[in-house]
Amino acid sequence: MNFFLEVLVGGLLSGVMYALVALGFVMIYKASGVFNFAQGAMVYLAALSVVGIMEWGAPLWLAVVLAFSIMTAFGIATEKFVLRKLVNQPPIALFMATIGLAFFIEGLAPMIFGSEPRALDLGIVDEPIPWILDNWNMVISKFDLVAAGVGAVLVATLALFFQFTRVGRALRAVADDHQAALSIGIPLQNIWAIVWGVAGFVALVAGMMWGARNGVQFALTFTALKALPVLILGGFTSVPGAIVGGLIIGASEKLAEIYIPPVMEGMFGGNFGGIEGWFPYVLALLFLLVRPEGLFGEKHIDRV
Amino acid sequence: MLYREAGQFKTTYAADQQLFPIRQDRIGLMLLAVAFFGVPLFASEYWFSAILIPFLIFALAALGLNILTGYAGQLSLGTAAFMAVGAYAAYNFQLRVEGIPILVSFICAGLTAAGVGILFGLPSLRIKGFYLAVATLAAQFFIVWCLTKFPWLSNHSSSGVISAQDVVILGFNFDTPVSKYLLVLAIVSVMALAAKNLVRSSTGRAWMAVRDMDVAASVIGIKLMPTKLLAFAVSSFYCGVAGALYAFCYLGSVEPDGFSLDMSFKILFMIIIGGVGSILGCFLGAAFILLLPIFLDYSLPAVAELFGLPFSNATVSHIQILMFGALIMFFLIVEPHGLARLWQIAKEKLRLWPFPH
Amino acid sequence: MSKKIGDVILDLQNISLRFGGVKALTDISFNVCEHEIRAIIGPNGAGKSSMLNVINGVYHPQEGKIFWHGKERKKMEPHMAAQQNIARTFQNIALFKGMSVLDNIMTGRMTKMKANFIEHALWFGRARKEELEHRRKVEEVIDFLEIQHIRKTPVGRLPYGLQKRVELGRALAAEPSMLLLDEPMAGMNVEEKQDMCRFILDVNDQFGTTIVLIEHDMGVVMDISDRVVVLDYGKKIGDGVPDEVKNNEEVIRAYLGAGH
Repeated sequence: MNFFLEVLVGGLLSGVMYALVALGFVMIYKASGVFNFAQGAMVYLAALSVVGIMEWGAPLWLAVVLAFSIMTAFGIATEKFVLRKLVNQPPIALFMATIGLAFFIEGLAPMIFGSEPRALDLGIVDEPIPWILDNWNMVISKFDLVAAGVGAVLVATLALFFQFTRVGRALRAVADDHQAALSIGIPLQNIWAIVWGVAGFVALVAGMMWGARNGVQFALTFTALKALPVLILGGFTSVPGAIVGGLIIGASEKLAEIYIPPVMEGMFGGNFGGIEGWFPYVLALLFLLVRPEGLFGEKHIDRV
Repeated sequence: MLYREAGQFKTTYAADQQLFPIRQDRIGLMLLAVAFFGVPLFASEYWFSAILIPFLIFALAALGLNILTGYAGQLSLGTAAFMAVGAYAAYNFQLRVEGIPILVSFICAGLTAAGVGILFGLPSLRIKGFYLAVATLAAQFFIVWCLTKFPWLSNHSSSGVISAQDVVILGFNFDTPVSKYLLVLAIVSVMALAAKNLVRSSTGRAWMAVRDMDVAASVIGIKLMPTKLLAFAVSSFYCGVAGALYAFCYLGSVEPDGFSLDMSFKILFMIIIGGVGSILGCFLGAAFILLLPIFLDYSLPAVAELFGLPFSNATVSHIQILMFGALIMFFLIVEPHGLARLWQIAKEKLRLWPFPH
Repeated sequence: MSKKIGDVILDLQNISLRFGGVKALTDISFNVCEHEIRAIIGPNGAGKSSMLNVINGVYHPQEGKIFWHGKERKKMEPHMAAQQNIARTFQNIALFKGMSVLDNIMTGRMTKMKANFIEHALWFGRARKEELEHRRKVEEVIDFLEIQHIRKTPVGRLPYGLQKRVELGRALAAEPSMLLLDEPMAGMNVEEKQDMCRFILDVNDQFGTTIVLIEHDMGVVMDISDRVVVLDYGKKIGDGVPDEVKNNEEVIRAYLGAGH
């Protein structure tokens, strides 16, 4: 039972990390209807900028500030030079453009900052919390707990930003109906630029957490692939959905990885590890068949 | 002045429905056919095994994806996985069915892939757009995982590597690059023609109707479910055969991880750059995506030297990735119908040349 | 007018349709007779388009019964409407934008084509013969609507008025017994409207097609329709020949406001 709980909690905590990446998707999707496949590449770019700039001799805080400016500038440039030109194209074309964007970043970032894997030290150690280990005999990583805390703070900040600022209100209006927002004088393109900036910020936070945990390397781009099933589960438009989806995916994939392979090995023999790679997708897929709009998404009625 | 359709009148609808209604196009096509079948006289082995064969095979896979994405409007990111199904199915049919002709194996491989395609196409009945794209990612990861983990599928070889059997048809062993090239060329030509026929018939119109506006399509009597599933099946069939050829006529031995997400993306790029919803575009796109890295390999070091810049192999591969990304965005913004559309525009211009209007 | 109006072929009884908590249609009953031109009018948001969507199975009403040629229609899917020879056009043009005019109209004959995809791939026998046969029919429609010159043009490039005409062509190609037209003249200039009226009357006259029509232009409606049903806020407030409806108190109120 202890072991089960340990796996569950570990999964939930890594689920928070998925949610961090998924949040970036939700931001952009809500405001502009673009499904930004490049979010994972942006996480990579952000983390790489931080370590790259630190290698040039800057302290951590300066590197973070500079990386944030890079992400913002990059987001605004993307909006201005790519997405704005594709405004009246079908969503699928925009989606494919963001795949192109992902490749662009994945080529550009290592050209500037180098491609060899590096460690990012945020001063938090990835070790079991002794108190929990002593009292409950469970291995819960300190780092994961901090990451969860950061995730919670980020979500709270975003929620407050959306709810109580002028920009946040405009953002919600844009998300609801582009035309209507435009007609009451909300400058759509500024809003989109802000959203890309915020998405860049979310990518930066996610990139630093992931980078500190697993090292800053190309594999960071795969975080996007983990975030996709999270989105399907939670619904593309919902911030709480991203969190809950992240938790469900994180927990279930860890549990699946522990408990399914022995069963399959019993049936077929051989080694069936690596279920993590596809389990979230299959879970999300099955879920889609039952509830296509996701846990928190809005149901869509086709008008003709 | 040479490219005119003036004086070529069509008096029957049959004449109007020809694949190449303009006489000059027909002549051009014949020349092209001669060229393709004639290359063996001139080209070196390197050309066959490194450029022409993969070009044709990827064009075939791109055809498969284009049928699904370009014509039926269902985006797929799992093309490589369906190719993997084809490769492994062909291998297993050869291995386990006594005396099965290789071409029958290829067809069975296509059919197996079609079956798997239908399975993963089922979600398309409830979901659209990028939701579906994510569903096809499930196919990508799940299939590759299965091929690695179920030893039976690769005849218990380590980490799922398979070595394709000899390609023997009617006692003739296709073991040289030239013979393999001609075999692939013949198969791809037939399948491209069939694809063209499909998309100009009511099957193709049903696909495009579903793509352009599914509610209207169902109101005029198109059943969405069979139409979409047929697109998945036919598309996967093409990818499956392409996968079988990839293993049997190109690489010889393949492993599941070779059919990666990256390969799926590459094929997607082929149709975006070549032309979404165009048969010709599949070939143009495949050629472009395959030749670009080769071109960069040769030209970049020279350019770097010219400007005295430091240079490494890693940089070349980064520039390659960056260029792919930039080109995708460029084409989507500037010419969403890709090279095929540019070709068409060029032809229209040529038709009027030398008069500007 | 010498045409003969026949029996009731479509009978809607007590139809109610809700989307979540929103009532789109409340307890509506009316019928359509063979060969007639039946108009549905009403202010914006009255539920007119919803009504058409109920008739051809895009929406499923929560309550009420629908009789088609005397038989109750149970479970209905959109593609079944086409099999029952009901064709329609849409308020916001629903053409297949990536296809040519010819191909768009050819899709209208889809239900009548029997060849399967393998025959199509081989372009042999039945597939080839059908393609020619139906092309001939489609060319008749093209001639009828006077759009010969644009048959190879992608519809996305056509002006609005012509697109509406092509959409009518796609519906006609199915040789429907009943044609549902959702604002066929919206956004047209006077000349285009006249053309469209002429086409609608000709279809009704030459082929005996029953027509159910939504239109805002009262002049047109009163001129060409045999009977008119009036909706307001999802309820039926009037039904009858144009002259009756014109003088109906409630209809006047709905259109002109309560003060008059």
